[in-house]
Amino acid sequence: MDIKTKVTNLIVEELGVEIGEVTLEASFIEDLGADSLDTVELIMKFEEEFDIDIADDDAEGLTTVGKAIEYLEKQLS
Amino acid sequence: MSIKYYAKISGTGMYVPDKILTNSDLEKIVDTSDEWIKTRTGMSERHLAADDQAASDLAYEATLKAIKAAHIRSKDIDMIIVATISGDHPFPSTACILQQKLGLKDFPAFDVSAGCTGWIYAANIAKQYIENGVAKNILIVGVEILTKITNWKDRGTCVLFGDGAGATIISRAEEKDISRFIDSELSADGTHYDLLIQNAGGSRMPATKETVKENLHTVYMEGNKIFKNAVRSMYSACDIVLKRNHLDVHSIDWLITHQANLRIIQALGKKMKIDEKKVIINIEKYANTSSATIPMALDEAIRNKKIRHGDIVLMASFGAGLTSGSLLIRI
Repeated sequence: MDIKTKVTNLIVEELGVEIGEVTLEASFIEDLGADSLDTVELIMKFEEEFDIDIADDDAEGLTTVGKAIEYLEKQLS
Repeated sequence: MSIKYYAKISGTGMYVPDKILTNSDLEKIVDTSDEWIKTRTGMSERHLAADDQAASDLAYEATLKAIKAAHIRSKDIDMIIVATISGDHPFPSTACILQQKLGLKDFPAFDVSAGCTGWIYAANIAKQYIENGVAKNILIVGVEILTKITNWKDRGTCVLFGDGAGATIISRAEEKDISRFIDSELSADGTHYDLLIQNAGGSRMPATKETVKENLHTVYMEGNKIFKNAVRSMYSACDIVLKRNHLDVHSIDWLITHQANLRIIQALGKKMKIDEKKVIINIEKYANTSSATIPMALDEAIRNKKIRHGDIVLMASFGAGLTSGSLLIRI
């Protein structure tokens, strides 16, 4: 499974949204109905799934699905 | 260190002030809503100390109940440890004031400052004084009146706290007792000391008119950053004591964690893969009473006959410092 698919699946599972809603432009808070704690929980899921540490400062910038995928692809390359 | 004796919990007690502040009451004070508070924290109401009530007053009431439950006399107590960050005064210790209220003297009494992990720190210290034979009946109290150092203009933090006290008597166990402390683990990560802090009033930033005006004597917290640390540090503290004693989550009867936020408790439970029926939660009634949450939840669960004699209970907390710790006991 590529990073994009894994991330999409985690978002669907964690936020309880439909897979079609998880577009690259979708904002976790504005479009996918996440609250601030959901975003922290999501970051924790990414860390566990990909076995990396995401610094708090970096995490604050990961506001959309696309930004999260781009960040993870960069970290894991 | 060789263990001469085992420690056990011989009695518990709790006290909360009469005044209740509900989420709807808070809607009138700050821009918030019952629904917002419930979904993000699991809290419905909290108790508030009266103007003339200080930490030692709450601690005293909880202590009387714990002494009664332990079937001891107050003069049997030979050490007092109070866990608090909102004591009666910056000094002397609230433990000494409590000692005076109980009409006792001539034994050690001191406070522990470990934020919300304070009661776990106190229990760990008490365990060692019992095990090495120095003390026989130690009174430990987790007590806070955080609502008096709350920034009531900050809607992110002012909804979170409540006041209360939980007292516990830790005694030397008899040879035939099945009740005993099994293990305990403490830790701290000072690199994050500034995420949860009362900025002014100490030697770093003494009290001035400006510090009062700018609300620097109140609780400052970066909740989102603490969330991750809380789940991970409590998981680690639990994992260490379980592994060290060749146990897993199936072998424990109850999990009591610090009641800071329902979402943190749920995230930890999920990570530990523990049956949610084993997780004790009372955050909806009392909110976050800091060092008092665990001894209050323990007392309530024992009095409700949820936790029974012989049950294995795992407790875990995290707090300002950032401190963390766990305690594994058989009740």
